[in-house]
Amino acid sequence: MSLAAENRKLLLKLTVIAVGMFGFGFAMVPFYKAICNVTGLNNLLNADRTPVNTQVDMTRSVTFQFDANTRGTTLKFKPLQRHVRMHPGEMTVIEYEVANLSEVPVVGQAIPSYGPKTAAGYVKKLECFCFRQQRLEAGEVRRMPVQFVLDGDLPRDVNTITLSYTYFEVNAAAAAPRAGGES
Amino acid sequence: MSAVLDTHGHDDHAHHPTGIMRWVTTTNHKDIGTMYLWFSFTMFLVGGIMALVIRTELFAPGLQIVDPERFNAMTTYHGLIMVFGAIMPAFVGFANWLIPMQIGAPDMAFPRMNNLSFWLLPPAALLLIVAQFTPGGGAGVGWTMYAPLTVQAPMSMDLTIFAVHILGASSIMGSINIITTILNMRAPGMGLMRIPLFCWTWLITAYLLIAVMPVLAGAVTMTLTDRHFGTTFFNAAGGGDPVLYQHIFWFFGHPEVYIIAIPAFGVISQIIPAFARKPLFGYTSMVYATASIAVLSFLVWAHHMYTVGMPVEGQLYFMYATVLIAVPTGVKVFNWVATMWRGSLTFETPMLFACGFLFLFTMGGFTGLVLSIVPIDVQLHDTYYVVAHFHYVMVAGALFSAFGGIYFWLPKWTGKMYNETLGKWHFWLSFIFFNMTFFVQHFLGLAGMPRRIPDYSLQFTEFNVISSIGAWGFGLSQLLFLYIVVSTIRSGKKAADKQWDGADSLEWTHLPSPPPYHSFETPPVLK
Repeated sequence: MSLAAENRKLLLKLTVIAVGMFGFGFAMVPFYKAICNVTGLNNLLNADRTPVNTQVDMTRSVTFQFDANTRGTTLKFKPLQRHVRMHPGEMTVIEYEVANLSEVPVVGQAIPSYGPKTAAGYVKKLECFCFRQQRLEAGEVRRMPVQFVLDGDLPRDVNTITLSYTYFEVNAAAAAPRAGGES
Repeated sequence: MSAVLDTHGHDDHAHHPTGIMRWVTTTNHKDIGTMYLWFSFTMFLVGGIMALVIRTELFAPGLQIVDPERFNAMTTYHGLIMVFGAIMPAFVGFANWLIPMQIGAPDMAFPRMNNLSFWLLPPAALLLIVAQFTPGGGAGVGWTMYAPLTVQAPMSMDLTIFAVHILGASSIMGSINIITTILNMRAPGMGLMRIPLFCWTWLITAYLLIAVMPVLAGAVTMTLTDRHFGTTFFNAAGGGDPVLYQHIFWFFGHPEVYIIAIPAFGVISQIIPAFARKPLFGYTSMVYATASIAVLSFLVWAHHMYTVGMPVEGQLYFMYATVLIAVPTGVKVFNWVATMWRGSLTFETPMLFACGFLFLFTMGGFTGLVLSIVPIDVQLHDTYYVVAHFHYVMVAGALFSAFGGIYFWLPKWTGKMYNETLGKWHFWLSFIFFNMTFFVQHFLGLAGMPRRIPDYSLQFTEFNVISSIGAWGFGLSQLLFLYIVVSTIRSGKKAADKQWDGADSLEWTHLPSPPPYHSFETPPVLK
């Protein structure tokens, strides 16, 4: 084979690698989601399993604070209780209220986060409005519950946990239904 | 091979258009190498001016000369321009000039693609510069371009994304060219384990580039479609995740730092043996160490993101894997020192820069080890300690190596000798002002000064004043470098064909200074 032909062959092989790596970048998207699912990382949108040990630990109590933010939307969003004091293992339900004050229907979704972030693994949400999107008609005001249990294994030095929701407006293109996985 | 070569009978006179068209249409590796080097020096000045805007703003607490948005744009484009516009093209310039001469090839494997690779750079650079003057100003998102900030950034972000695409395409084509040249076009008898270490480092770097530049292209493409086409890769509302961006980016970003460092290792591996007048100690181990660094670089990306909330098992893995990289890097450093051991050392300017590299790069490596330790990194993340660390490896590492390489090969390229006294002045000014700028930033970082913020608390003032004066000194010293290079080209004394008596690669032993426009049209005979 002549040198020019050999060079062209190598060019082709290397181009295939480059194109493949471009694809690999995109393949990391589902791969990342699969890893998060398997390891239980970043499990924001699925309900947690009820803890096996539902014994209420009356010896300690934890202050739970509730926070609400909005991003890129005119919706009004707030918790109906600012804080509760509870025992680990105790089933708790509180409500948030979202109001669509505009004159058009809006689709939105809340994303939770925790402070301290290590608490996330111990807050077991059995039911939450954040697992799905909400469609709010013009002028609609809706109350939405979140039901959760605090795991008794919560480290003893954590006395206060903040549960913060950010409410996003889901634009039309992104409004494709997003299933909550295994729930 | 000879069948190809025989079609061109001319060997010592060049047939090419004159004036600007020579440079636009050239497919000659020497012309293209020269253009890469001048381009990168120009971008070095542009990025340097941005650095001086940053340092001048930080000369005193409070807001002085730029507003915070402009300041953030300056840090962003300083980073992008220095990485993609200055350092990377500089080493591609070295590769173009040297690889064909060092392996005894007449030119690069794909000369026309080589021309295209270069001419893609100026438009990309223009996009990065024009972005400063669009409505909303430059995107103050950092050179890492983290989502979700990039999704909300002004239109300059789109120009930046497009520039990254173009730069990526240019790098990938350049890499394909380099790999093909080294693998297919070596002179008879030039086995792979005989090529100069500079060629080896570029062969490995080129594979890294082909593997990761497309991943960066993918990441910025996702940002682009999130911005304009309704996808939600990184938008939490649509089920995306900003942390995903960081994973994709650093999968590119960590190999990228070795893409910058490894050719610098290659240049140093040419300079030190020449001035120690001894062959490089441990050639084979150098090759394997470089390859191990390249492989490991794919396995450690998340040490840039210890604080995103990854589980402790993940942190431990990335910590141990990162610490492991110190082993092959140590092999290289010890081999360089062993090459100098009992050599007949002289300290001309290239050797001074090589020694400066060795000393300061090792310090940068050590602060890297400090940062790889999770509990320490959690404290130092996003502080000036990180800024000091990576400037030790990027400036004192890659840039000093490039300066050393320019002084080393300038006599060969131009056939004229630079002014040794001025060269030494350039080294010592750069060395002192570099340390003045960046050494104190370690203390700032340890004291908790965050990076990318135009204002700071009063207790940081003294160190920032020192750092800013150092930065101006360093910047102005580079004008001396420009003067040295220009005066060498215009009126340097005639250089010998083998200017450095310890240099032993083909461009020194088989070619005159300057080399003919077309060299090695018939392959050299190797013993």
